[in-house]
Amino acid sequence: MLTSRKTVEVLETAELAAPIEGRSLWADARIRFFRNKAAVAGLIILILVGMFAAFGSYVTPWSNEEVDWAVLGQVAEMGRPSLETGHYFGTDELGRDLFARTVQGTQISLMVGLIGALIAVVVGTVYGATAGYHGGRVDNIMMRIVDVLMSVPYMFVLILLLVVFGRSVLMLFVGIGLISWLDMARIARGQTLSIKNKEFVEAAHAIGVRPSVIIRRHIVPNLLGVVIVYSTLLVPSMIIYESFISFLGLGVQEPSTSWGALISEGAKQMQYGTLWMLLCPLFFFVITLFAFFFVGDGLRDALDPKDR
Amino acid sequence: MALFEVNDLNVKFQTNDGTVSAVNGVTFKVNEGDTLAIVGESGSGKSQTAFAAIGLLARNGRASGSVKWDGQEILNLPEAKLNKIRSSEIAMIFQDPMTSLNPFMRVSEQMEEVLTLHRGMSRRAARTECVRMLDAVRIPDANARITMYPHEFSGGMRQRIMIAMSLLCRPRLLIADEPTTALDVTVQAQIMDLLRDIKDEFNTALILITHDLGIVAGSCERTMVMYGGRIMERGTTAEIFATPTHPYTLGLLEAVPRLDRKEDVLPTIPGEPPDMMKGFVGCPFEPRCPLAIDLCKAEAPALEWFSDSRVRACHRKPEDVA
Amino acid sequence: MLSFILRRLAIAIPTLLILVVFSYVIMYAAPGGPFDMERTLPPEVMANLEAKYGLDKPLIVQMWNYVYNVVVHFDFGPSFMYKDQTVNDIVSQGFPVTLTYGFWSFVVATVVGMSLGIMAAVYHNSWLDYVAVGISIGAQVLPNFVMAPILVLIFTLWLGWLPGGGWQGGQWQYIVMPVIALSTSFMASIARLTRSSMLEVLNANYIRTARAKGLPMRRVIFRHALKPALLPVISYLGPAFVGMITGSVVIDMYFSTGGIGVFFVNSALNRDYSVIMGITILTGALTVLFNLVVDILYAWIDPKIRY
Repeated sequence: MLTSRKTVEVLETAELAAPIEGRSLWADARIRFFRNKAAVAGLIILILVGMFAAFGSYVTPWSNEEVDWAVLGQVAEMGRPSLETGHYFGTDELGRDLFARTVQGTQISLMVGLIGALIAVVVGTVYGATAGYHGGRVDNIMMRIVDVLMSVPYMFVLILLLVVFGRSVLMLFVGIGLISWLDMARIARGQTLSIKNKEFVEAAHAIGVRPSVIIRRHIVPNLLGVVIVYSTLLVPSMIIYESFISFLGLGVQEPSTSWGALISEGAKQMQYGTLWMLLCPLFFFVITLFAFFFVGDGLRDALDPKDR
Repeated sequence: MALFEVNDLNVKFQTNDGTVSAVNGVTFKVNEGDTLAIVGESGSGKSQTAFAAIGLLARNGRASGSVKWDGQEILNLPEAKLNKIRSSEIAMIFQDPMTSLNPFMRVSEQMEEVLTLHRGMSRRAARTECVRMLDAVRIPDANARITMYPHEFSGGMRQRIMIAMSLLCRPRLLIADEPTTALDVTVQAQIMDLLRDIKDEFNTALILITHDLGIVAGSCERTMVMYGGRIMERGTTAEIFATPTHPYTLGLLEAVPRLDRKEDVLPTIPGEPPDMMKGFVGCPFEPRCPLAIDLCKAEAPALEWFSDSRVRACHRKPEDVA
Repeated sequence: MLSFILRRLAIAIPTLLILVVFSYVIMYAAPGGPFDMERTLPPEVMANLEAKYGLDKPLIVQMWNYVYNVVVHFDFGPSFMYKDQTVNDIVSQGFPVTLTYGFWSFVVATVVGMSLGIMAAVYHNSWLDYVAVGISIGAQVLPNFVMAPILVLIFTLWLGWLPGGGWQGGQWQYIVMPVIALSTSFMASIARLTRSSMLEVLNANYIRTARAKGLPMRRVIFRHALKPALLPVISYLGPAFVGMITGSVVIDMYFSTGGIGVFFVNSALNRDYSVIMGITILTGALTVLFNLVVDILYAWIDPKIRY
C-alpha cells in the first residue's frame, strides 16, 4: 500500500550491487549504509523493538491474560500507567496489563510482517525470475496474469479468504503473503531480464547447464540485492495490512492480539479518558514503521551505486 | 566596445563530496560577427563557461567574475532580466538534439512560443515565421511537419529544428555547445555547413564549443583552448594550428588523424583528464605534460600576451614547445 | 484511440470473470453456510431454504446462473442475512455514501499531493521543500485506521469542532474527517512521487532549452515540465484508487458513515455470501474501469504511446 509504484519501477531497472561481483561491493555498501544516520537510527530502533518483543514478558510482573481485579470497573482511575502497580503501560478495559499485551501484539505484528514478506518474496522472486528467464510467450502470459491480479481489490479478497477459511494467524500469514507477491514478481522479472543477457549466463547456457539450475545458481543470487531492499520496504506494508484487518476485527482473535487490534481497542475506549490504551500500541506501530522505511531507504541508497 | 565580454569568470559547484571548481579565471571577448571556438576535452569547463554566462548553471553552481553584454553586466542577473536577453539576443543550441527538445510538445508549440513571447507576435504570424525558418534550415515539407512531435524526426533533423528555433529572434550571438557530437559524421558536416551559411546570412556572432579540432579549422576565426577549467592558449585559428605554443594544444593537434601523414599508431595524450574535485596548486596539465618542469607543479602559469593576437599560460618558452 | 480502448477492455473483461469465478469457488468450498445456526434446522427446512436460493444445484450451474443474472439483469441476488433485501438494495444504499467521501478524498489526495510535490521540487532545498518532505514522510506511517482515531481525539474529544461520526445526508461537518483520514497517506505518497519526478524533469535537457529560450519560470514549469513530471504520478493513481476503496471499509466502520464498508464487514462476519460477492465484484469492476481511464489518460498525455 505504501511502497509507491515509483519505487517498484526504480527497482525493476536498478543496477544493484550483485554478490557475484565480489565482496568489495558489499563492504562498500555497508560503509555507505552506516554513514546514513537515519538508517542507522532506524536499525537501532528495530533492534530495540525486537528486544522488547523477545524479552518484554520477563520485565513485567503481569501476564497478558491475567485480569487485575483491583482495577476492573475503574480502569480510568486505577488502570493508568504506573510503576507501583506494575502496569507500566496501564491496563486495558478488561484490567489486563497493557505492557504484556503490547509485547504480545508486537510479537504477532512483527511475525506477520516478517513471514508475510518472506512468503511474498519467495513466491514473487521465483515467479518473476521464471517469467523473465523464459521470456517470449511464457513471460507474456505470466505477466498478463500478474496484471489481471493487480487490478483485483486485494483486501476484499483477503477478507473473503479469512471469512471462508476461518480467522487464524496462519491464514493471515498466507493470505497477506499471497496477495503481496505481485510487485515482487514484477521487480524480479525486470532484473532477471537484464541479468540473463550478461555473459556469465550465456556461458552457462553454452556449456549446457539446465535452465532450473541456471535460475537457482546464477539468476537468484544476483537478484539478492534488489530483493533485500524490497523486503525491508515490504515488511512495513505487511504490518499495515495486518493491522488494517485486525482493526476491523477480522484478523487475530482474542486472546491473541496485534498492534492493529490494540489500536482498535484503544480507539474505542478513548472517550473515557484512557488514552494510554491508544497511544502505547500506536507509539510502537509508528516508530517501527518509520524505522523500517529509513532502513529500507538506507539500504537502497547503499546498494545502488547510481544514486550516490 | 565588444559585444560579449567575459572577464575572470569562475564557476564552482557545491557537491556532497566538496566544492568543485569547474571554471577558473576565464577571460575572452567576442565582437559583432566574430567566430570563436572553445576547444577542450570533456570536463575542461568549456560548456560551464557558456552556461554561467547566460545563467543556466545547475542549481548547485555559483559563478563569479564579470560577463558583459553590449557593455551591460549580465552575470548573476535575476532570471526575469536574463529572460529578456536569452534567445532574443543570445541564443544557444545544445549537444544532444535527442533530449534537448521537449518530447511532450509539438515542434510548432515549442517554436512559436519564442516569437509570441519575445516579439509579441500572434500565433498565426509566429507559425508563418517558424515555417519559413524551418525552410531556411532545409527541413523538407516544413509546413506539414511542424505540427509533429520531436520523436518523429531524426537526430540531424532535430538539430536543424534546434538551430531554426534559436535563430527565430535573429540573435546577435549564437552559442553552439557541441552541436554535432551526437550526430553521424555525414550529418555533422551538413550541420556545420548550415551553421556557416546561417552565420553569413544573419551576421550572427558564433561561439562554437567543441572537442573536435577538425570542425574548428574550417569554421572559426579564433580559437581558445581550455583544460581543467583554465585557458591554456588563445589566438587566431590559423596561428594556433600552424604554430601551437602550448604542450596541450600540441598534443591535441597531434591526436587529430591526418591523411597527409602515414602512421601506424595515432598519437594520444597519455594520462587522464584531471579530477576536478581535487583543485590544483600548479598547472592542471602538469601531470600529463611531457615538458613539465618543477615550477609547473608548484605554481600555476599566468595567462600572458605573447603576440598582438595570442595569449598563453605556460611556464615553458614558446620555442621550447614547438 | 478506439482500438486502444477496445484492447484495454479485452483485458478488463477476463479480469472481472476471473474475480467472479475465483470468489464463487472459494465461497462454494467454504465450510459452513449462511443457514448454519446454533439450533440445527430440520433437514426438510434446510432443503427448502437451499432450493429457494438455488444452493442445491451443481456448482457450475449455480455459477452460470449467478453470472448470467449479474451480467444480463445486473442482479446480484438476495441477501441471506438482511431479510427482504436484495444485494442491489444494499449496494444502492451504501454506494452513494462511499462514492461521495471517496471522491473528495481522491480530489484532496491528488490536488494537495501534487501541489505540495511541485512546490517542493521548484523550491528545492528551501524551507518549503523541507516542510513538504517532512509532511510526506510523517504521513507515510499514518494509514487511515491510525488517522481516524487521532482525528476524532483532536477534533471531537478535545476541540469539539466536528461530530465523531454519522453521515446526515452528507453535510460537510460529517465529511471532513473521513476525507482527511482516508486521503492523508495517499496524499503523502503522491507528494513524494511528484516531487521526485518533478526534480528529475527539471534537470532534463529540454528544460534547460526552455530556460535558454527566455521563457518565464512559470511557463517553464507549467507548459514544459508538468506533463512529463505527472506521468509517474498518473500511473500511481490506479493503486491509490484501490487503496482508497479498501480504506473506505475502515472509514465506514469507524465513522459510522453507512457506506458499503459496514455491509461488507458485517456480511463477512455473518457469512452473507451474496453481499460479499456483490460488493467484491462491484469494487473490482470499478477498479478495472478506473484503471482503464488512467491508461487512456496516460496514452493521451504521452505522445510516444501509439494506440
